[in-house]
Amino acid sequence: MRRRTGTAYGFLAPYLLIFAVFWVWPIVYSFWLSFLATRQLPWTFRPAMTWGRLAVDPAFVNALKNTLLILVVQVPIMIALATVLAVLLNSSLLRARGLMRFAFFAPVVVGEVAYAAVFRLMFTADRGIVNKVLEAAGLPSVDWFSNPTAAMALIIMAVTWRWAGYNAIIILSGLQSIPDDVYEAATLDRVTPLRQFLFITLPLLRPVILFCVVLSVIGTMQLFTEPFLITNRGGPGGATETLGLFLYRQGFTVLNFGYASAVAYTIAALAVVISLLNLWLGRERA
Amino acid sequence: MTSRSSRRFWRQVGLHAVLGPLALIWLLPLWMMLVFSTMPENGIFSPDIELLPKGQFWANFQELQAETGFLRTLFVSVVVALVTTGLSILLTSMAGWALVRYRFRGRWLVTALIFGTLTLPYFVVVIPQFIMVARDMGLQSTWFALIVPPLFNSLGVLFMRQAFSMMPGELFDAAQVEGVKEWQIFTRVALPMAKPTLAALAIILFLASWNNYLWPLLIASDPTMMTAPVALGTLIGFTRVSWAAIMTGAVLLTLPMIVVFIFLQRFFMSGITAGAVK
Repeated sequence: MRRRTGTAYGFLAPYLLIFAVFWVWPIVYSFWLSFLATRQLPWTFRPAMTWGRLAVDPAFVNALKNTLLILVVQVPIMIALATVLAVLLNSSLLRARGLMRFAFFAPVVVGEVAYAAVFRLMFTADRGIVNKVLEAAGLPSVDWFSNPTAAMALIIMAVTWRWAGYNAIIILSGLQSIPDDVYEAATLDRVTPLRQFLFITLPLLRPVILFCVVLSVIGTMQLFTEPFLITNRGGPGGATETLGLFLYRQGFTVLNFGYASAVAYTIAALAVVISLLNLWLGRERA
Repeated sequence: MTSRSSRRFWRQVGLHAVLGPLALIWLLPLWMMLVFSTMPENGIFSPDIELLPKGQFWANFQELQAETGFLRTLFVSVVVALVTTGLSILLTSMAGWALVRYRFRGRWLVTALIFGTLTLPYFVVVIPQFIMVARDMGLQSTWFALIVPPLFNSLGVLFMRQAFSMMPGELFDAAQVEGVKEWQIFTRVALPMAKPTLAALAIILFLASWNNYLWPLLIASDPTMMTAPVALGTLIGFTRVSWAAIMTGAVLLTLPMIVVFIFLQRFFMSGITAGAVK
């Protein structure tokens, strides 16, 4: 390594320029904005209109509740599914491995708009394919877009479809770093596969799974496109409105930048707190 | 011995009994996207369950093109994704190189700042970005607005720093002793050695740009500068264009990425897991 400050900053300059203008400054600026009343000019320092409003705005509280509900229900389901998928896809007994992996990993490359469109169409209440299949199986069809619980379930299913494979890829790479002889020794000692999974695989995967949980928490806190496009702007009646969608509405429909910035910082703070909480709960206990 | 191999057999049956149906369910949305795009509109909403493609793709696409000028939005998306990927690779690999190769004042601070943003929600910067680009610069619906603000990413630097730090530093020192300029050591020696990493990074960045939705939605509302996902998003939930036509757009957005994924799966995997390893 050479000591050359000038050359180093020469290489760093273009990157740091973009970083400073489009990230560092906005981070500072939106913090400042979060204290300003921006509904009319000139913008004035009135935190009661932004931070003060958060606690008493029923629409914000609703979005917060919905987001936390998705977090508590969807993230554990998805991470559990991803872990099981990774273990099964890693099995030496598996045939058609390439095709199986493709089925679960392909959603990773599908854009939010494209998958939102196809989910919306598949779950159409009147003669959507999902309801047609439910009816063919003798089950009642579900009004996915006007029943609040069903709409929330739909968002959870859609996000799980899109991201389970992504997490399975990460967990799979963690699995492949566990040496085979650990399992060979366990098999010789007649430890059943289920117990191997519970007492060898899971503990060794702990850091990777925690990493996935933290990524998913950050992602869920910013959930926007799915409720925007699949359930039509957080419908029915705000039942699937998330913090991300609420921020979009405040910031870019009403153009209330100050209030939207307070929401943005709330999202960031919650993401940090919940991630740290997860890391603390999942820490190595001596 | 027999009991052990029969146990193995049943285990294998069980594995496929679980994974097979689940894989089919997982494939269904993609398969239906393709099927819907080839159907006449009344076929999608017929009382029967139709699971096989028909022959209407071209007619459906023509409707989409006539109503929205979809080819233009695809062109915008391709240009934005290509230029963003190229520039971003250049910027992040230069930055990664500087962090590995030189010891300099502020190195710790720069590193901490860049990686500190890895977990920062994008919403914290998007409002000022919008105010700056749309209001202060007056650059709404321009190539600049679509390409430049999304250029920053810390993943690329993380990636390239990793790749460069695996290379023997003595090699670069030897080149320097022979009088090769630092810029040429970077472009002629280091970058060629980083080809696999560059490929993985390029694929991840291209995919991210191709699928990017929120920023282009905010900043490029002019029909001539709309990206394809944004144009498609404006059709969902309205009856302006038939569902079959919308599905042709979804297929055109998705299929190229699926094909790339099939052939370059290895690079996707290393791109996704790179963040997790360290």
